[in-house]
Amino acid sequence: MQITRRQFVKGGVAAFTVTFAAPEVLSDLARAQGTHTRNLVVLYLSGGNDALSMLVPYNDGAYYSRRPTIAIPAGQVLQIGSDSSRVALGLHPRLTGLKQIFDQGRLAFVQRTGYENQTRSHFLGTDIWSTANPNNSQALGWVGRYLDSLPSPVDALVGWNTTGTQPHVLQAGHTGVPAISNPATYSFNSPNSGAEATAERNTAISISSHMPVDRPELAFVYGTTREALSTLNRVATVAQYSPSTTYPNTGFGQAMRAVAGAMAKSIGTKVFYVTTGGFDTHSAQNPNANNGAYFNLMATLNDGLLAFYTDLKNQGLLEDTLVLSFSEFGRRISENGSQGTDHGAASVMLVMGGRVNGGLYGTAPNLNADPNNPTLENNAGDVHYETDFRSVYAQVIDNWLGADSASVLGGNFKKAGLNFI
Amino acid sequence: MSTEVALQMARGTSTRQIEHLLRRAGFGARPDEIDFYSEMSYAQAVDALVNYPSSGDDVDRFIGQPGFVGTTTRGVFSPNSNITDARQRWLFRMVHSDRPLQEKMTLFWHNHFATGYTKVAGTLGATEGTRYMAAKSADDPGHVQGQIEMLRANALGNFRDILVAIAKDTAMLVWLDGRTNTKAKPQENFAREVMELFTVGVGHYTEPDVYAGARVFTGWNLQRPGTASDGSQHYEFLYNAGQHETTAKTFSFAIYPDGNKTIPARGAANGMQDGLDLINALAAHPNTGRYLAGKLWRFFVSERDPDPAFVERIASVYQQQRFEMKPVMREVLLSPQFIDSAAHWARYAWPVEYVVRALKDVGWTGFSVDTALTPLSNMGQVLFDPPDVAGWDAGTTWFTTGAMLARMNFASTLANNQKFNLATNVKSAGISRNPDSVLAYFLDQIATAPLDTGVSSELSAYLRATGAWTGSDAQLQAKSAGLVHLIAGAPEYQFC
Repeated sequence: MQITRRQFVKGGVAAFTVTFAAPEVLSDLARAQGTHTRNLVVLYLSGGNDALSMLVPYNDGAYYSRRPTIAIPAGQVLQIGSDSSRVALGLHPRLTGLKQIFDQGRLAFVQRTGYENQTRSHFLGTDIWSTANPNNSQALGWVGRYLDSLPSPVDALVGWNTTGTQPHVLQAGHTGVPAISNPATYSFNSPNSGAEATAERNTAISISSHMPVDRPELAFVYGTTREALSTLNRVATVAQYSPSTTYPNTGFGQAMRAVAGAMAKSIGTKVFYVTTGGFDTHSAQNPNANNGAYFNLMATLNDGLLAFYTDLKNQGLLEDTLVLSFSEFGRRISENGSQGTDHGAASVMLVMGGRVNGGLYGTAPNLNADPNNPTLENNAGDVHYETDFRSVYAQVIDNWLGADSASVLGGNFKKAGLNFI
Repeated sequence: MSTEVALQMARGTSTRQIEHLLRRAGFGARPDEIDFYSEMSYAQAVDALVNYPSSGDDVDRFIGQPGFVGTTTRGVFSPNSNITDARQRWLFRMVHSDRPLQEKMTLFWHNHFATGYTKVAGTLGATEGTRYMAAKSADDPGHVQGQIEMLRANALGNFRDILVAIAKDTAMLVWLDGRTNTKAKPQENFAREVMELFTVGVGHYTEPDVYAGARVFTGWNLQRPGTASDGSQHYEFLYNAGQHETTAKTFSFAIYPDGNKTIPARGAANGMQDGLDLINALAAHPNTGRYLAGKLWRFFVSERDPDPAFVERIASVYQQQRFEMKPVMREVLLSPQFIDSAAHWARYAWPVEYVVRALKDVGWTGFSVDTALTPLSNMGQVLFDPPDVAGWDAGTTWFTTGAMLARMNFASTLANNQKFNLATNVKSAGISRNPDSVLAYFLDQIATAPLDTGVSSELSAYLRATGAWTGSDAQLQAKSAGLVHLIAGAPEYQFC
């Protein structure tokens, strides 16, 4: 069959028949390790982020000539200096919080990240960024493979997915990641109360301890049920979290609040997954007007990340935290007829955290529409990648997670000079 | 002999096959559906499902009537203009329609041409957004037929015709930005997805095909006829000749039966034919039948890798029958892979399949489908709002911990709501004295995949857990509800 986005990984389900989520007793272990756990927050900007509206090469004339209605005026950008190729860059005007964090040296941008023959498909693209494998987009997720590499038994809350469905990047061979979009509603309800309710819950827990043999699909659902029931009590503690700052009332803001809560309550989670969507800006992209589509995307991102950064800083947890963003592709350089941009190639990745060596990594594209322009591809229509995205992952795996990137990524993608962490 | 083995043996082979058929080609079976289809042979039942009459579809008139699942109205029930009510109407149809395959195929197409209400409403407003997703043309002053109504009307229609209708569909023209596709700046969004997701699939088209496809559909925009005062003003498809790009467009695959890959340059007045030529070519492309067969396999048969023999068989029926979905679906439901007992209970139930089947199994009197909407969202499925144009991920991805808790908690909510009815039914069955009879009764009512060894004993132990069995009304209500919660929340019930 053709490649599909259905993430039914061969062997993935079967593997669940022989594994299990660790029981609640492991939480003591997790708590003991908790205060010194390094956290990785994987942030997916869904839809294909327009790097050129986020990190603006405001002295490049072609940026303005190719985007007559959606370019951000040079006078509006938040200047953050020049990269190593001396291209002056500015942040989208709504990213005032990220500008502060950048100025504090805790935010890095890795420009022109991508891979050879980059796909323009959302789904194949997301699969490739998730698996870190352009040749096998149906493989396990790279974060999932990292989790699988941890010594067993692995705590059931080693990962925390803040969305309702399992993203490919977290897909593991034998490590389940709970999906907890709202700690307050992550509960086991009952039609009864008192002793009856307790009896029901005990029965559900007892049944969930089964490990059906030779029925991989059923065993998978048993595994999920077991994981859900075994994490309820610890997640309930996170529901009690009182942050030190106010988080925006957006899905993304509330997800970041839950992540901070999990960190503050030291429940032992190592990897979090968060997402914010709407980046597929084919029409009316409007990065300039208040409440324009891209302007709002930046507002959501900026306000959520700033609240998170501030909260963690107040809690003394910033040094333990690294946020890494990705998106399936950047967008076409020239705007289309709908004041939007179509699917493109290389994009930009953000890395934020208390131990990040902030700054601009890699070089900006030259947007001159010359078919021989080496920083572009597709007849100068799209930005050509300069840094393989797996080099960014490798740096995070080796220098932050303390694992072996060559084994997690299936090859050596280390790149000199990419020392943002 | 364990209770569940006895139950499995008690259900005859033919009954089990009919129940399997109704779980997949429908949303499970109400008691009257079991009675109706059990009178038939398997082949007769397939025919009855596939050959539903083309007129006389009156399920909606039972909304709000006693004896049917409830809806919750805030003012006037407005399923043509309020998305919450549109969701309630669709759930109601899933429970009560006597054309289960029509509703099931509508869901299949909704997932296939996955269009999100949120973007349509964000562009046109909530009322208009609902209108272009869900309005019934007979109810609409401008005769707007919302996308889901169009798909429902064509549920077993011709795939090529559905493609033409979807390319002209107002919600689709907003969702994938076709409304702004003009000759000066062709818009690639629809052109890409019509190849990647609706027809041939990744690997069977090239990037230049996407650019050419965008030019083909230039001028497939919207107009707004009608008058505001009588509510007839509405958006609808317009072929805008002045915005059509008229030069020739060449593809990597055959556009015409003679193998020609180029759509010729045409005058703007005739340029709409470009799009029809491309749609015809995509419908007839050799991989479209296979791509559809793969999706039908995952939706109706199994989420394991498709059997290549099945894919080739369905693809060939698709070609021979010139894209007619009725013979295709008949072939799917009569295929040995579908009928095979190994396929029974093998597929992960989607959240709406789970919720609707639970209502049919547990009972619905006094329950409002509105109560199911937030749980469905927590399970990962909001009707009219798939996560993106590729639809729901399905399969194992439904089963995150949060989603599993949402399923268990929905079972709890439903059991609590039906407490009184459940206890009454146990009493009228004359089995309230014997807890194991009560267990057998509910395992029969709420059929599951075969329970794992020992689960039945644990359920039996639960019935005795808080004190001696007396069969009192209070105990029957508590234990019936608790048992229904545990069964419908069990892993074995998450399959269909």
